[in-house]
Amino acid sequence: MSSATAPAHDNTFGQDDTYLYHHFDDLHQQHESSSLGMWAFLATEVLFFGGVLGAFAIVQTLHAPAMRAASHHLDVLLGAINTGVLLCSSLAMALAVRAAQLRQDRHTVWLLIATIVLGSAFLGIKAYEWIHDYHEELVPGLNFNQERYPGRQILFWSFYFTLTGIHALHMVIGIVIMAIMAVLVWRRWFTGGGATQIEMLGLYWHFVDIVWVFLYPILYLINK
Amino acid sequence: MSHEPQADDPRLVEESDPKLGYLGSDFSIKSWLLTTDHKRIALLYLASITFFFIFGGVAASLVRMELMTPRGDVFNAPDDYNRTFTIHGVFMVFFFLIPGVPAVLGNFLLPLMIGARDLAFPRINLLSWYIYMLGGLFTMYALVAGGVDTGWTFYTPYSTMFSNTQVIAAALGIFIVGFSSILTALNFIVTIHTMRAPGMTWLRLPLFIWAHYATSLIIVLGTPVLAITIVLVAVERVFRVGIFDPAYGGDPLLFQHLFWFYSHPAVYIMILPSFGVISEIVTAFARRKIFGYSFMAGALLAIAVLGFLVWGHHMFVSSQSMYAGLIFSVLSFLVAVPSGIKVFNWTATLYKGSVSFRTPMLYALGFIGLFTIGGLTGLVLSTMATDVHVHDTYFVVAHFHYIMVGGMVMAYLGGLHFWWPKMTGRMYSEFWGALSALTVFIGFNLTFFPQFILGYMGMPRRYYEYPEEFQVLNVMSTAGASILAVGYLMPLIYLPISLLIGKVANANPWAAYGLEWTTASPPPTHNFEEIPIVTGGPYDYELQDRADQQREVQEQGIV
Repeated sequence: MSSATAPAHDNTFGQDDTYLYHHFDDLHQQHESSSLGMWAFLATEVLFFGGVLGAFAIVQTLHAPAMRAASHHLDVLLGAINTGVLLCSSLAMALAVRAAQLRQDRHTVWLLIATIVLGSAFLGIKAYEWIHDYHEELVPGLNFNQERYPGRQILFWSFYFTLTGIHALHMVIGIVIMAIMAVLVWRRWFTGGGATQIEMLGLYWHFVDIVWVFLYPILYLINK
Repeated sequence: MSHEPQADDPRLVEESDPKLGYLGSDFSIKSWLLTTDHKRIALLYLASITFFFIFGGVAASLVRMELMTPRGDVFNAPDDYNRTFTIHGVFMVFFFLIPGVPAVLGNFLLPLMIGARDLAFPRINLLSWYIYMLGGLFTMYALVAGGVDTGWTFYTPYSTMFSNTQVIAAALGIFIVGFSSILTALNFIVTIHTMRAPGMTWLRLPLFIWAHYATSLIIVLGTPVLAITIVLVAVERVFRVGIFDPAYGGDPLLFQHLFWFYSHPAVYIMILPSFGVISEIVTAFARRKIFGYSFMAGALLAIAVLGFLVWGHHMFVSSQSMYAGLIFSVLSFLVAVPSGIKVFNWTATLYKGSVSFRTPMLYALGFIGLFTIGGLTGLVLSTMATDVHVHDTYFVVAHFHYIMVGGMVMAYLGGLHFWWPKMTGRMYSEFWGALSALTVFIGFNLTFFPQFILGYMGMPRRYYEYPEEFQVLNVMSTAGASILAVGYLMPLIYLPISLLIGKVANANPWAAYGLEWTTASPPPTHNFEEIPIVTGGPYDYELQDRADQQREVQEQGIV
């Protein structure tokens, strides 16, 4: 049975004109492979963040009072707003995946743009917080004020900037890929509307959001 | 139901010479550098891995030359010695041992063995090679231009606060090459899950595939932890903040935990694919079904899991708590159980087999013996009391070289000789092959066995001068290293020569069992003329031999 004559109920994810690469037997196998590959990649990402989160958990347990004192200088409200912004971007991303599967290219592009805007808003708020931290002399290696923040508080800030830094880097990568995807969908570059590609990007984006859902409480809320 | 291939499929356009298979579809350099064919990428890896192996080997020769005499004489300063053994360690570990078997033999054979046309992500496969080369050349530049004197372990706080060498550049190179391993492992996992030929169920997979599956799991879960550790080292070194340095409130043990969380499983990344290679060779040249197939597959997975739980045995003499040490010690002993299963089952496979001592088999038998010695001395090191005595001595050096060189390199060479006819379509000289296997075996034992004694007598590792009473054993070791070097040089000569004058190999020169032997040598670009349908388990040599006999009786009337 060739793809051109596949009936509507066939398991082709609404993309029956999708290009089938030569080494796959059918579209189902091709989609399964992409999906499993992305999940396996996310497993490596879990361990990547897991390493530094594990280290931070140890430091936080060993020097709990200093960590709590340091966490006090973070703006809980901005963190909460950022969490909301990021969750909304995840919603837009989920809708974009749905739109791509339904082959609604215009919707897909606009939802991707919405995700980009919300993601950038998150980065903007984050940058504002970092600049504020800099003015408060809280950045280790640049201007950390050991007299103002004595003891082991510097450890908290080392981890804070490492964690939020690599998280922001992941977001920047996601936003760049999303922009490329939006252009490609707009130009109808993908056969099959890019449903699989956008679904994989969605998985990545939700992962990055979930990382923040863990970072927010362990960084901002430990002094509560 | 199957789809017709698309009309613009490149593989349909390129009509290749059937005698040259995938090698003959296009001869231009561009077609090699932009290839997405897993077989060609395997050959790209073969060339680059050989290059880095020679580079690391030259550093090892310099180290052995220095250690021939008690006084420092080859190097001007102890620092140069430190830089040289760091080059040796970094290149051998990250650029040869870890990618060796998976990137060369795994890349070439994995789709062939499961009856697939390619890996699931051919372009990512090519990308992984480019990342490997980028990381390799970058590290090479860092280690040659400025040098690094920390050893391959990059222990803090020395590496972050005191060493005045190119630590960040070298670490960045290792960070980059990690992505190449991750991409290869991802590709393997997905391919094994989704692209098996009809009838190729999980329990019909060759053990080579199981070994690569277990290895890929470790790579996917372990490598990112090394990556983040390197990031933290770089952060500490650049911004002078204390994550690992106690002077700034950090904890050096934290580094060791994170580092060995990856680097101990990395030992299994190096050795598990070799287990797969040995299972293929032993069955083919003993003409016997593997003894205890499901235990062999289960042992691979058990080692992969247990391997993640034993990292603390590298830290018995750090300030790690005694109770943690006890638990790590017990868990390390547990790894011996699946490893023992493997050795016993290979031996049981040989029992009553009709063994033929061809070159790959010589390497495989060498592997079994040397791995057993390496494994048993590992038990000495996982016992806390004896570890305190031999910790950081040449005993440790000898132990892990028995696993790495006696294990992985022997299996790599054995596998290369076993599948060379499949990869190139040519047979190499059996005489030179057997001679090289023998030379490597003798040279290896002469190099590393004296180091067990040296270590037990108390010679510490990584020292550039030593007391005179250690000289006899050190001279033996250096002499052995030169024999070993000759053993490694031989395949570098007769294997390329075989490409020109070697006998043309047929599809199955060893009469071996397995899908890769059912297609032409070298295989066509799309691997199989027809996707095979699998009806039985692997290694059914008894059945195959009986079928051959019956056919002969029918055809020629002889009994």
